[in-house]
Amino acid sequence: MKPRLPKVTVWRAIFAAIMLSGLYATYLRVFYGLGGSTNLTDKFPWGLWIGFDVLCGVGLAAGGFTLVAIVHIFAIERYKPVLRPAILTAFLGYTLVVVGLLFDLGHPERLWHPLVMWNPHSVMFEVAWCVTLYSTVLFLEFLPVVFEKLGWHKPMLWIHRISVPLMILGVLLSTLHQSSLGTLYLIVPEKLYPLWYSPLLPLLFYVSAIGVGLAMTIFESWHSSRAFGRALELPLLASIGRVLAVLMSVYLWIRFLDMMHRGVFGLLAQNRIETWLFALEIALLAVPTVLLYQARIRMNPGSLYACAVMIVLGFVANRLNVGITGLEAGSGTHYVPKWSEVAVTLSICAVGFATFRIIGQYFPIFETHSVAHADSEVEETEEDSVTV
Amino acid sequence: MPKAILYDSTLCIGCRACEGACAERWGLPYNDKVANEERISAHKLTTIETHGDKFCRRLCMNCLQPACVSVCPVGALQKTALGPVTYDPEKCMGCRYCMQACPFQVPSYEWSQRMPRMRKCDMCYDRQSHGKLTACAEACPVGATKNGDRDALVAEAQQRIAEKPDQYYHKVYGLSEVGGTSVLYLSAVPFEQIGLRTNLPHEPLPMLTWRVLEMLPDVVSTGSVLLGGIWWITNRRGEVARKERKGR
Repeated sequence: MKPRLPKVTVWRAIFAAIMLSGLYATYLRVFYGLGGSTNLTDKFPWGLWIGFDVLCGVGLAAGGFTLVAIVHIFAIERYKPVLRPAILTAFLGYTLVVVGLLFDLGHPERLWHPLVMWNPHSVMFEVAWCVTLYSTVLFLEFLPVVFEKLGWHKPMLWIHRISVPLMILGVLLSTLHQSSLGTLYLIVPEKLYPLWYSPLLPLLFYVSAIGVGLAMTIFESWHSSRAFGRALELPLLASIGRVLAVLMSVYLWIRFLDMMHRGVFGLLAQNRIETWLFALEIALLAVPTVLLYQARIRMNPGSLYACAVMIVLGFVANRLNVGITGLEAGSGTHYVPKWSEVAVTLSICAVGFATFRIIGQYFPIFETHSVAHADSEVEETEEDSVTV
Repeated sequence: MPKAILYDSTLCIGCRACEGACAERWGLPYNDKVANEERISAHKLTTIETHGDKFCRRLCMNCLQPACVSVCPVGALQKTALGPVTYDPEKCMGCRYCMQACPFQVPSYEWSQRMPRMRKCDMCYDRQSHGKLTACAEACPVGATKNGDRDALVAEAQQRIAEKPDQYYHKVYGLSEVGGTSVLYLSAVPFEQIGLRTNLPHEPLPMLTWRVLEMLPDVVSTGSVLLGGIWWITNRRGEVARKERKGR
């Protein structure tokens, strides 16, 4: 650890700077309202806080439900070592999405209103319910980690008893709201640029969320192996890379078919900002997908990590295109986030990284499988021995 | 009988009496500076736009099947039987989905307020429910803005076109746009030339999201059976494997 001390200090300085700017932006938000802290207008009511903090935040946290489904419902137990980090990411992710919402809502103190004042015709109403319920589910899925740390065996057993219905509920809720974030934009056919507006938005949002959830698993494993000096579970991550390649191929193929049936390929000939943003998004998603088909790439930690990062960036590009840039022309306006919007967003990310690190340090996130089930452990070590 | 407003751009002289009457009805300040702002905002709920020598009035269309009402997660927006779309600021949590969803970009927000509200025309719901005309229709000196039953106004609009076919563009805007609106427009020129959006679907926008939302019970029930079933199968496989291992 010692020789890396100065590097840590640099990161801490950046962290402090981000948090200070975030604090000042928060002051602006609280005392000067959305007008004083954002560049939002009547014609462009949703900006970075919805486009990134909510759309990307929820998607990047999708690893939680994906891995719960893989490990506990499909019972592919060898993925267990990455399950707890994924659940932690998801739990933190959803908490931070709610923090982002508190900044964005005109009346954050009324966050609870949709739970009481119903409108079942509203996609937002459904998302509000799903996110509330799923955050509770994630909290319960994360509790065993806390109980394990504290050595409380009784409550651990209680949680275990309800764990299967709980996990199924979690996967269902995620399916609903991950796709519903796409459904949100079905109501703006005249505003969203045709390269992105599609009746298939719900499906596309769902499939890409699963993909980015897997990519985030590779991303965070790589980072935590460096931060905590652990060995990287390379064969495991490589096999996730394989799944990721197939999944992203399916995603890209659906998008291709969708665009073909809607007959919008002609738009790509136009020299517009949307064309270039679309090309960037597709390149960021397609290049790593192709690369991940090669064992050479998958088995090299650096390349595997680079592919995961590209998919995460491509995903972010997609959500920003749907949520922000793709709407600008149709709304007849331009939107560039104010510095305070960026500062709040960066602060939320920084808090996320820092909290993950602290929890990873003090709670049994990474070594859990060696304690929990001794007999399934045999297969696990066989897998891992290849790594070292 | 739902109420509506017929705005005839060919009759409008751009005197802005409707703007003043509207501001008075809402208790909003109105002066020369506000009059010169040719766009609706949180402090100006209707406006006259100048397009060369033509005028166009903008206000909430109070759609027959409003996107804003369907998207509001707390039901703060309601479509009344009388026609107006009303807003309850006490329910509103400020998500601004109504603003995003509105195909006419009508809802405005009090961006600089610490306790902001969405603002929009509600076709004088209070006045109309007491049998009075909307403030704007009452104020209009030339009858360019007319308030009445929607069916009657549609018939009148079509009659005006029929009587003076060379003076009108032969369509009534709002008849079927997004499933029909409570504000109807007549114009001498194609509607896009007076700043109205003409790329709108003719089916009600709420259908676009409802088609997906209504599948929710099916997805949940099928999903539970599927996931529960998969778990049951895979778990059984695990149990068998464990027993075999013990047997060895």
